[in-house]
Amino acid sequence: MRLAAESVSLGYGADPIVDEVSLEIPDGLTTVIVGANGCGKSTLLRGMARLLRPISGQVVLDGKAVHKQPTRAVAKTLGLMPQSPIAPEGITVVDLVGRGRQPHRGALQRWSPADDAAVAEALELTSTLDLADRVVDELSGGQRQRVWVAMALAQQTDLLLLDEPTTFLDVAHQIDLLDLLHGLRETRGTTVVMVLHDLNLAARYADHLIAMSGGRIAATGKPADVVTAERVESVFGLEAQVISDPVSGTPLVVPIGRHHRPAAHPHAQGA
Amino acid sequence: MTLTTTLDRTPAADPRGRGRSSVPRVALLLVGVLLVAVVASMLIGAKLVSPLDLWREGSVGQGILETRIPRTVLGLLAGAALALAGACLQGLTRNPLADPGLLGLNSGATFAMVLAVSVFGIGSLNAYLWFGFAGAAIAAVLVHTVASFGSGGATPAKLVLAGAALAAGVSSWTTAVLLTDKATFDVIRLWQVGTIGGRGWDIVVTGLPFLAVGALLTLVGARTLDTLALGDDLARGLGRRTGIDRAVIGLGVVLLTGTATALCGPIGFVGLIVPHMVRVMVGSAYTRVLPLSAGFGAALTLLADVVGRVIWPPSEIQVGVMAAVVGVPVFVFFLRRGRMAGL
Repeated sequence: MRLAAESVSLGYGADPIVDEVSLEIPDGLTTVIVGANGCGKSTLLRGMARLLRPISGQVVLDGKAVHKQPTRAVAKTLGLMPQSPIAPEGITVVDLVGRGRQPHRGALQRWSPADDAAVAEALELTSTLDLADRVVDELSGGQRQRVWVAMALAQQTDLLLLDEPTTFLDVAHQIDLLDLLHGLRETRGTTVVMVLHDLNLAARYADHLIAMSGGRIAATGKPADVVTAERVESVFGLEAQVISDPVSGTPLVVPIGRHHRPAAHPHAQGA
Repeated sequence: MTLTTTLDRTPAADPRGRGRSSVPRVALLLVGVLLVAVVASMLIGAKLVSPLDLWREGSVGQGILETRIPRTVLGLLAGAALALAGACLQGLTRNPLADPGLLGLNSGATFAMVLAVSVFGIGSLNAYLWFGFAGAAIAAVLVHTVASFGSGGATPAKLVLAGAALAAGVSSWTTAVLLTDKATFDVIRLWQVGTIGGRGWDIVVTGLPFLAVGALLTLVGARTLDTLALGDDLARGLGRRTGIDRAVIGLGVVLLTGTATALCGPIGFVGLIVPHMVRVMVGSAYTRVLPLSAGFGAALTLLADVVGRVIWPPSEIQVGVMAAVVGVPVFVFFLRRGRMAGL
């Protein structure tokens, strides 16, 4: 395990949002963190990305506390795609992706062939090569998200942390982006850790699922073991049936909702 | 598009995007404008000097030139410093309205120097300089502290609000001191509106090392600003220590603003508009914006000063006033030409 949390507590004020969480991120696999709004999943991700200093405990990267390592060295190993990155107005795709090379360049070091190669590879992997000269502001939401992933890839890290990468995307583009990330795992062996809102997509794309509730880990393991009707109820407060996804065989959560409860509306069952 | 055509152009060196000029063309334009500004500054004024006088030993023209050379150099330095400081502040705060004047740095430096003259009776330029730095630095820290109150930290909007409030408050203190202290008023009257005339070489030489350090700190920080432009989370994810980065570049800005204000008085507008002009031409990458802003800031300030010398004879209008008078039409022209580039 290259990345792990050891009873880490994280928060912005006095009260910790993440409360003494310990976890291990399996190498070369996709780990997805799910949970209700405000359960601390994004906070945990920020803590693992060293954006947040732990109140207690530590996040360990390659055997050492991540906060005690030089941040630029960490940036060569651990990439991050935050929830709402800012694209400078008027910047072109290739220019933006090139900024992912930051940790590999000294303050006065010139642009190198290695930088070129990394940017080209990132554009290719994300199928954004033909967008290279376009201005980022003019891209569609799906294209823009691909470009941000390309920037993270240009950073050439073995681990990639993404905070809700599919927010603001329609369902087709969500699948598109998750397929892209899944492909990285296959082609580059990248360890991917991401926070997702959609439980069904999480169950489908995760090798390893972490369900959080109230700042603690409620369950962790393979999606088939984690996503059960009882747990969806306890973690999300949602009554649901869990069936097998006819396409992937992963658990599929079917919410029941107020109007389909057998007790409330006996007729609704047939509807 | 093939892979090679993309790779032929490296992101760091090549500007692109619609309606933008290439860096070499803009650099050429800059050299031309600078040349015109310098020649005009040498020859034009209350008395026109013939170019021939340059080589005519002991002529009246040569006597005038002796005062115009330091004036020209000072104008170039102050303009470059202010435009560079403005571009950096816009990057540091991610706010297109940031400028040494708007964030209260000029007012802080001005007030500190008025105090230096009025309360401490200081007359040496070296001491002025330190008061200028102190004033600019205290203003910067104050504005940042006030803007950090409340949730969300020092957001761009709060920074500008805090800066504007501080600038207004401190300026009224400055006015209060000047109104009650006739002697200080006389010393500071011309300087208070921003002028590069009537300064000798000693003034230029005193300020030079501080400007050099300020320019070094900010220019080396260009790539850092490019990373900060992506948002703090991403910048830190890319391995930047954003607090230290801001402090280092901020120190450069304080040195540039403090020195320029101590030497010439507060000259507004240059720091605000020049970086935007440059962005319209070459895009938003700070590796291009910073050096070009310094150049165009120097040229604009000097041209403003030249216009101020002749626009209302026989008196001169100070560069602090003229910078805005000359700058506004130039700015409008650029706004109309291209959509204003953001940050």
